[in-house]
Formats: sequence, structure tokens, C-alpha cells
Amino acid sequence: MPESLSVRVNGKLVTVRAGSTVAVAVLASGATCRASVTGQPRSPLCGMGTCFECRVAINGEAQRGSCQVLCAANMEIETNG
Amino acid sequence: MDSVKHLRFDVAVVGAGPAGIAAALAAADSGRSVGLIDDNPAAGGQIWRGAHDSTRPSASSTWFDRLNKSAVQIVRGARVFHATQGELAAESDDSVIQTSYGKLILATGARELFLPFPGWTLPNVMGAGGLQALVKSGLDISGKRIVIAGTGPLLLAVAAYARKSGAKVIGICEQTTRSRMARFGLQMMLVPGKAAEALRFAYDLRGIPHWTACWPVAAFGNRRLESVRISRHGQISEIECDYLACGFHLIPNIELPRMCGCRLRENFVQVGEYQQSSVPGIFCAGEPTGIGGLELALVEGEIAGYAATNWEDRAKHLFAKRARYQKVVRILQDAFPLRPELKNLARPDTLVCRCEDVPHERLSQYSSWRAAKLYARCGMGPCQGRVCAPAAEFLFGWQIDSIRPPLFPVRCSSLAAIASHSAPRN
Repeated sequence: MPESLSVRVNGKLVTVRAGSTVAVAVLASGATCRASVTGQPRSPLCGMGTCFECRVAINGEAQRGSCQVLCAANMEIETNG
Repeated sequence: MDSVKHLRFDVAVVGAGPAGIAAALAAADSGRSVGLIDDNPAAGGQIWRGAHDSTRPSASSTWFDRLNKSAVQIVRGARVFHATQGELAAESDDSVIQTSYGKLILATGARELFLPFPGWTLPNVMGAGGLQALVKSGLDISGKRIVIAGTGPLLLAVAAYARKSGAKVIGICEQTTRSRMARFGLQMMLVPGKAAEALRFAYDLRGIPHWTACWPVAAFGNRRLESVRISRHGQISEIECDYLACGFHLIPNIELPRMCGCRLRENFVQVGEYQQSSVPGIFCAGEPTGIGGLELALVEGEIAGYAATNWEDRAKHLFAKRARYQKVVRILQDAFPLRPELKNLARPDTLVCRCEDVPHERLSQYSSWRAAKLYARCGMGPCQGRVCAPAAEFLFGWQIDSIRPPLFPVRCSSLAAIASHSAPRN
């Protein structure tokens, strides 16, 4: 298994350790995960799949809980935070 | 349309943390088929997150070795969202997994209690366990300034872990009193194996300020955290930091046990001496029966696994060991009660429900959780109240009494897949 891999977060190339979750890639990119219903920026709170603050779009599929999805090479991640 | 998979196990275990792993292995000893279902990409739960592929020998590696060599079928990345008589429905990336079982062991673990204070919704304000989980999942925190706050022994573990990961831990804000903390330390010394753990923490945490009677009152920042204001023995001060890792101890994940009809006692799943719940054939082990930590979870899991496979003799041999660790439940309860000042941290405009952005002032108009849900949409978002309901219970004294399928937000296609099968029970 390679030691690191690259994904795109809002078009920006981000390199993370293999085995990292998508939430980690989003944080490493400097982006926030989502805009709340009143437009506030949000990022992970619980880190374990219960709070749903880390929702992003992964390869075009919206509303994915990014803290429970592992990064895969060339993944396209979009945030709206 | 997602594919639908059907699985059948003599014993199904939900939750692959320590309790679930121990339960699955004990059940597999009997030669019966055992399935271990978990929503994370790898087994280990929270405490052993990221440890499944570690090459360093540790307490967990023996368990992972055994698990890898066993006949237990691990179903990863599958989140159970519905339970009917004798059957579970789970959703994974690309399929719906319907699992029927003879016996069911629920080892659903715990999550952190979060309490609202101004600024708690800012990016980089996280749970204490939340930050640790993200670091274990690859987040680089080297050189970052971190304040750890809230209550409970997890704060110490997270501080030690963060320091080892290269972060600068500025301080630990523990809301309990110094005397309770001291008594906690003494009592834990008498629990087998805990004295060595305490000494290791003392060494790992040397030089990091540990403030008691101290809690966060507000977090500040423009679009992300820049500083936190803390109250310490009544004195207010402000600390610049990159992360605030804040959690107020643990609460059990009892949503699935409740949906299965298991009777509760004081918000925990009521179990008998064989870890059996009030529902015949359903057992429960680990934090949902009482917050007692790793060793208790393991032994409860083993007892449940043996009992579920009618190996009562083997289970009985573990009763004395369980009793030794059961003390921890009471020790933790006595050490970290939440102080009433924490009820006054939220300002009128502080959000309590983060999914639907419902501020405190809207909730204070209502007299029940049900009314708050119906009229203010509190708890109606994707987390389904997992974050705000326990907070509202503490802030307003409300009884949280509703549970209904699906237990998590799922794809419409997942609902369609199970709709033809059976009508919801509740």
C-alpha cells in the first residue's frame, strides 16, 4: 500500500497519509466542511459518525459523512462551507 | 438501485469496539456462525481506532490477532438503521444488508456529551475524543496549540495522545473539583492494572497544566477558532489556540437497544448477570450498560458471547472479574458530576441544535423535548438529536423519549429495499 495519496478538495490537490479519512483531507486543505442552515461554516465535531457536521460531497455524491469514508486516490471532494 | 445482501448468523454482534470484539470471539468459540457489524471502515471502535493495522504489540494487538484468525465474519462500513424481530437492516456504501440472527449482542458503545457555549459551533472546536479520533484517522496536529476541556478521564488520555502526536497542549480544563479528582486518582489505583496506567499518564502529561474547577465559557474566531475564554476558580482568562478539544464525559449509544425494545434503567440498558437484556435473545455489553471503560467492556463482551451460545459455565467464571471492574462505573459517576454552572454557559442566541441552528432562546419557550422538536425543529436534523438531545436533557431537564426508524439518515433506496419486507414496529 502506498504511504500517501492525493485527492482534490474543491479542486485543490491535497496529499494525505494512506488510510486517512476524507474529513482529514478537508481539514488539511484548509476548507470547512459545510454551511449550516443559517450559513455558518462547520467542521467535524465528534469525529466518529454521530454529529454529521462533516458532511461533504464525494465524487459527486452529496451529504456523505466524511469522517467515516477513507480517502481513495483521485477522489473529488466538494465542500460548501 | 442499491444491491440488497442477505446475511444469516447464529449470533450477530453490533459494534466492533472492545466489547463487540470480545463478544464475537467468545461466541465463535462454540463453533456457531458469528457476524460482527460495524459502521466504521475498520474494527476497533473508538479506543482502538487505527490500531487494527498497528505493528506495535499492545493490549489491542492480541485481540485483533485473535479476531483475524477467527471465523467471525466482519461486516465493515455498515450502519444499522432499522431493527425488527430477528432482523437488522444496515446500509453500506453501495448496498443494503439485511441480517437475520438467532441471538443478538448489542455493543454500540458510547459517544461524548457536548454542552453548548458561545462559539462551540466554530470550526476547530471539537470533541476531546473527536480530536483524538481525527488524529487517529490521519489529521496532522504537530506544532498546533490545543486546549483540552470538559470532564472525565478521557481528557487526560487525549492530552497524552495529542502531545505524543507533536501538538503543544496548553492546558487541561477539568470542570470537576480538585478533591474529587484526587479521590478519583486514589480509587483508580485500587482497580487492577489501573495504577500502572495512572503512572504512565502522570509521566506522559508532565509539565502540562491540569486546571480543576475550570471550564470553557466562550470560543472566538473569524470563521474558525482563534481563542477560548476559560473560567478557572472564578477567574476569567483567554487563551489563543488552534484547536479546542472539549467533551463532557460519555453517554451511551442506546438508540438501537431502544429500538429493539430493551428496557432501560436510568438511561442505560438494563441487563442481568449474563448480560441479557429484557428482550429474550438480545444481550448488551460495554458502555450502553454503564460507562466503565475498556476492561469492563471486554469482560462484559465475553460473558455476553458465552451466554448467547449457551455456555453459561464459561460466562460464570468471568463474573468475579467483571465485579472487580464494575467498581469503575461508580468511581466515574462520583468523580465527574456536571456542575450547575455549565447550564448557564449558553447565551440566548447560542445554538443548541447544530443541525437546524436552533438557539437556546427558542427552546426555553417549550416545556418538553417533544414540543421543542415539533415547534422549533430541535433534533430534527441528520444527527437526529444525538448531539442536542443529551444537552437539552441537561439544560432543561427534559425526558428524551422518542426513537423511531430509520435510526440514521439513509438513502431512499435503502428504505425502499426494506419497505417490502416488514412494516416498522414502532
